[in-house]
Amino acid sequence: MTALVPLDERSVALRERIVDALEGGRRGHVGASLSLVEILRTLYDDVLNVRPAEPRWPDRDRCILSKGHGCLTLYAVLADKGFFGADELRKQCTPGALLGGHPDTHVPGVEASTGALGHGLAIGVGFALAARLAGRASRTFVVMGDGEINEGSVWEAALTAAKHGLTSLTAIVDYNKLQSYGPVSDVLPLEPLAEKWRAFGFAVREVDGHDVDALRATFAALPFAAGKPNLIIAHTVKGRGVAEAEGNPLWHHKASVDAETIASLRAALAAN
Amino acid sequence: MRKVAIAKIHELARRDPRVVFIGSDLGAGVLREMQAEMPERFFMEGVTEQAIIGMAAGLAMDGYVPYINTIATFLTRRCFEQLAVDVCMHHLPVRLIASGGGAVYAPLGPTHMALDDFALLRALPGMTIVAPCDAPEMGRAMDASLDVAGPMYVRIAKGGDPVVSRAEAGFALDRAIELEAPGEVLFVGTGVMTTRALDARTLLEARGIRCGVVHAHTVKPLDAATIAAAASGVRLVVTVEEHFRAGGLGSAVVEAFADLGMATPVMRLGFTDAYSYDFGSQDHVLRAAGLDAAAIAARVEAALEARAVPA
Repeated sequence: MTALVPLDERSVALRERIVDALEGGRRGHVGASLSLVEILRTLYDDVLNVRPAEPRWPDRDRCILSKGHGCLTLYAVLADKGFFGADELRKQCTPGALLGGHPDTHVPGVEASTGALGHGLAIGVGFALAARLAGRASRTFVVMGDGEINEGSVWEAALTAAKHGLTSLTAIVDYNKLQSYGPVSDVLPLEPLAEKWRAFGFAVREVDGHDVDALRATFAALPFAAGKPNLIIAHTVKGRGVAEAEGNPLWHHKASVDAETIASLRAALAAN
Repeated sequence: MRKVAIAKIHELARRDPRVVFIGSDLGAGVLREMQAEMPERFFMEGVTEQAIIGMAAGLAMDGYVPYINTIATFLTRRCFEQLAVDVCMHHLPVRLIASGGGAVYAPLGPTHMALDDFALLRALPGMTIVAPCDAPEMGRAMDASLDVAGPMYVRIAKGGDPVVSRAEAGFALDRAIELEAPGEVLFVGTGVMTTRALDARTLLEARGIRCGVVHAHTVKPLDAATIAAAASGVRLVVTVEEHFRAGGLGSAVVEAFADLGMATPVMRLGFTDAYSYDFGSQDHVLRAAGLDAAAIAARVEAALEARAVPA
């Protein structure tokens, strides 16, 4: 990947909403959420056919955040789109709140409850098969983490998706190269990642996961090949937008976030 | 019993367009007629239980009613997190049709013996657990399955089991069936162990000990009211199941009695806390565990004589 594309106003604003949610619950998976902003932003701004006022509209496209721990970003985007009020963000993870530490289907716009890793792709296979059976044009998108695809269940689902030739199914790997303990290349190496997915029967493209224009162009090219499910490797930076958090495993999850940290996060975002 | 269960899936699929079938690399030719008639609703997937449960959840979220069949241990242990997260947290109408429940696969060893399925699934909120006692009751249970709102597990026995259920007794998932009126003793059985309890009752009655039998085809939700009513006034309640003593029917009955404040002694008959490496037939393994009719009768008689309930 070449030099980082600067974050535009919308990308910074969405990250500020993530900090709002973090301020509410004083905890969250910060780094894992910040790598994901442009992926979800582009999906909800430019790709998904959804109706925020009618979240269960049958003909909608489905998007599953399989790396459920990135939910702060999903919440920020869904609130921005009007699936629920932005005032919910600051209540995240507090007693009685709509929004918890992992996404669940009580939240308008959340298609599947996730949090345990390696579940979303198989559910997405079910969504894509259901759309085919019912003759709906709905497409299915599943966003996974790089650490998440350590799970064997992901590869079972990948085999199944390829067997059924689910061209309406697109999986995106948020490849930020860092899992909880440390670098993916140390904990459980994934390379050659694109070749793995190709060998499993997917049509694969790679993209800078923080470059909105590049993401738009990639999604616009779907489906990538006849008779194959699609896989996008989005190269990202964990913690993107907050200099101290970028590439720093200590920012994977933060608990007991104090006011000083919140202020420093806001200052760091303002520096973009 | 398995033939009835599998054939019923095809019948239900004809009746209701929401029904789809998913198998996990089953024996050649299973449901071939359904596959020919409605190939789009017949899925024979790989040895991928985790993916199959997730896929079924996705289909169910979008309005379908998936019936999944494979071996009981693989349908419970292997994909337990998928059952909890994908199916039960979303309270989806996914049907788990489990072959070889209990000790059916005893010759194949403990990897294939489903003696913990009730315990595992009882812990999952909203799960219905059914163990029919014979083929006709399997048919009634499968008919009842179509409109259950949440997930449901159906345990299939070996097959060729004696028919002891009666059509006129009806079948409702929330109703245990009193097969014999209570006496000094009340047996509470589930699955094919109800048949062993009936046989043990015959032996005990011949010795002058009057025994009733309640068939709890549905282990969860347990019909505690029917069981408690039948148990009132008996000296001993005996639960009989093809399952570890921990976490199954006996545990459910004891928990219900505790909740109701009942002090009736309960003897829980089942497999002890160990994996079996005895590779004989199901009947052999049941005998070895003291779960054949003669052993059950002897254990009940001994318990009554001791006026105590053995641990």
